[in-house]
Amino acid sequence: MAQLTCSGLSLGYERRVICAGLSFSVNEGDYLCIVGENGSGKTTLMKTILGLQKPLAGSIAFGDGLKAGEIGYLPQQTAAQKDFPATVWEVALSGCQARMGRRPFYSRQEKEETRRNLARMGMEGLAGRCYRDLSGGQQQRVLLARALCATRKLLLLDEPVSGLDPAVTAEMYALITRLNREEKVTIIMISHDPGAVQYASHVLHIGRELFFGTAQAYREKWENGDFDFMRGGSAL
Amino acid sequence: MIETLGMYFQFPFVRYALIVGVLIALCSSLLGVTLVLRRFSFIGDGLSHVAFGALAVAGILNLTDDMLFVLPVTVLAAVLLLRTGQNTKIKGDAAIAMISVSALAIGYLLMNLFSTSTNLSGDVCSTLFGSTSILTLTQGEVWLCAVLSIAVVALFILFYNKLFAVTFDEDFARASGTRVEAYNLLIAVVIAVIIVLAMNLVGSLLISALIIFPAMSAMRIFRSFRAVTLCSGVLSVVCALLGILISIVSGTPVGSTIVAVNMAAFLLCCGAARIQGGKA
Ligand SMILES: Nc1ncnc2c1ncn2[C@@H]1O[C@H](COP(=O)(O)OP(=O)(O)OP(=O)(O)O)[C@@H](O)[C@H]1O
Ligand SMILES: [Mg+2]
Repeated sequence: MAQLTCSGLSLGYERRVICAGLSFSVNEGDYLCIVGENGSGKTTLMKTILGLQKPLAGSIAFGDGLKAGEIGYLPQQTAAQKDFPATVWEVALSGCQARMGRRPFYSRQEKEETRRNLARMGMEGLAGRCYRDLSGGQQQRVLLARALCATRKLLLLDEPVSGLDPAVTAEMYALITRLNREEKVTIIMISHDPGAVQYASHVLHIGRELFFGTAQAYREKWENGDFDFMRGGSAL
Repeated sequence: MIETLGMYFQFPFVRYALIVGVLIALCSSLLGVTLVLRRFSFIGDGLSHVAFGALAVAGILNLTDDMLFVLPVTVLAAVLLLRTGQNTKIKGDAAIAMISVSALAIGYLLMNLFSTSTNLSGDVCSTLFGSTSILTLTQGEVWLCAVLSIAVVALFILFYNKLFAVTFDEDFARASGTRVEAYNLLIAVVIAVIIVLAMNLVGSLLISALIIFPAMSAMRIFRSFRAVTLCSGVLSVVCALLGILISIVSGTPVGSTIVAVNMAAFLLCCGAARIQGGKA
C-alpha cells in the first residue's frame, strides 16, 4: 500500500474551490515534485495533507505504517517569527515534540538526534546562535533539521529554495536528494524552479491543467509541448 | 529606612502582600513571554476589563463570593479571545479591543444604575487602578493565591517545551501531531486565573504592565527562549518586591509603583542592550 493516497481531492477555502479532482499516490522512497502557477493551490494542498485544513471533498489516506503525525514539514514562510528569541538549538529540538506524546521533557536520545540532524545540515557550529540573526538560507536549513527531527519517513517541503542564492539552492537540492536516496526519506516538494523537476521521481502539476506521473513522462510531455497552456495563449 | 521596613514587617498583612505580589508577578511574567510573542500583549487588558464588568455584575447580584462568578466569566472570555487568533474574520487585536471596551462600559453603567455604595467613583477607581486591598488580604486569600500560583508555575514547567513549539510555529506543531487546541485552551484558562488574581494587586488598567514589561525587558538582553523566560521571571519578581516595598515606605499606590519600577527596569535593559550592541 502507498504511503499517501489522495483520491478525488477538492481543495479550497470556505466552499470556494481552488482545485478539484486531484488523485495521486506516493510510495515509500518516492520524490514527488509539485509544480504549478502562483495561487494554483500548492500550499493549500500541502496544508490539507498535513490536516491543517479540511478537504472540501475526497479523501486522504496514510498507509505503510505512517501515521498522520509522523510528517516533517518545512513551511513556505514563517513570517510571524521575525523577533522571536530562540536559538537554533531550541528551534531544531522542537521538531521532536510530536513523538514525545505526554512526556514533558526531551530525552537524551532526542537531543542526540537533533544534534545529528543539525550536523547533517552543516549547522552544528551555530546551535547556540539566535535563529532570527541567521541568513535566510541558514534559517531554511534549521527548519529542515527541525522537519527531520519530526520524521524519518515523509518530508513535506514548501518551496525550500525560495530566496536562496544559486549556490545554496544547488546545495539544498543536493541535501534533499541525498536524504531521499541514502536515507530513503519520502519527499514531497513544492517548487517554482523548473530545474527542481530533474531531481524528482514523480511530478504533480496543478493549476489550469492537472498532471500526475513520473518525472520522465512529465519531461516528455513538456518537450513535446503537450500541455494545453503551452499552446499559443489558448489558456490566458 | 531599614528600620522602617523592619517595623512594617512586624505586620502580617505586609508579609502577605509581599508573598502574593511576588507570586502573581512571577506567574504573569512567565505567560507574558508567550503572549507577547503571539501578538496577544493586550489580552491582559481585555480580560481584566471583562473581569471588571463581571465584578460589577456580581456586585449587583449580591453574590457572597465574587470570585465564583468572576473567574468563570473571565475564563470563558479568554477562551473566546484566543480562538479569534486563529481563523476567524475578526482579528485578535480588534476582538480584544471590542470586548474590552464593551465590558468596561457595561460594567460602569451597571455599577452606576444599581450601585448601593455611597462612594461609587472611589470603588471604580480602586478596581481600575488597584486598591489597598492587597494590604487587607486574609490568610485564606493568601493561601488560595499561593496554591493557584504554584499550580501555574508547575504547569508552566511541565508544558514548557510544548509551549515553545506551539508559540514558535503553530502550524508545524499541529502538523507534527501536537494537540495545539488543547494547549491553547490551557493557556487561556491559566491567563484568566492570573488576571483575576492580579486584579487585586495592580487593578484592571495596569495588569498589562505585569504581563508585557518583564518579557519585553528580557527580550532586549537575551536571545534564547529559555533565557528570556528565566530573566523575565526573575525581573518581574524583583520589580514586584521593590515596588511593594517602595509603596509601603513612601505611601504610594501599590499598583502604579510596581508598574513604574517595571518601566525603569525596561529602560535599564534598553540601555544594557545598547551597550551590549555597541561592543559587538
Ligand atoms: N487563508 C486563505 N483564505 C482564503 N483563500 C486563500 C487562503 N490562502 C490562500 N488562499 C487562496 O487560495 C489560492 C491558492 O493559494 P496557495 O497558497 O495554495 O497557492 P500556491 O500554489 O501555494 O501559490 P504560491 O506559488 O504563490 O506559493 C489562492 O488563490 C489564494 O488566494
Ligand atoms: Mg505556496
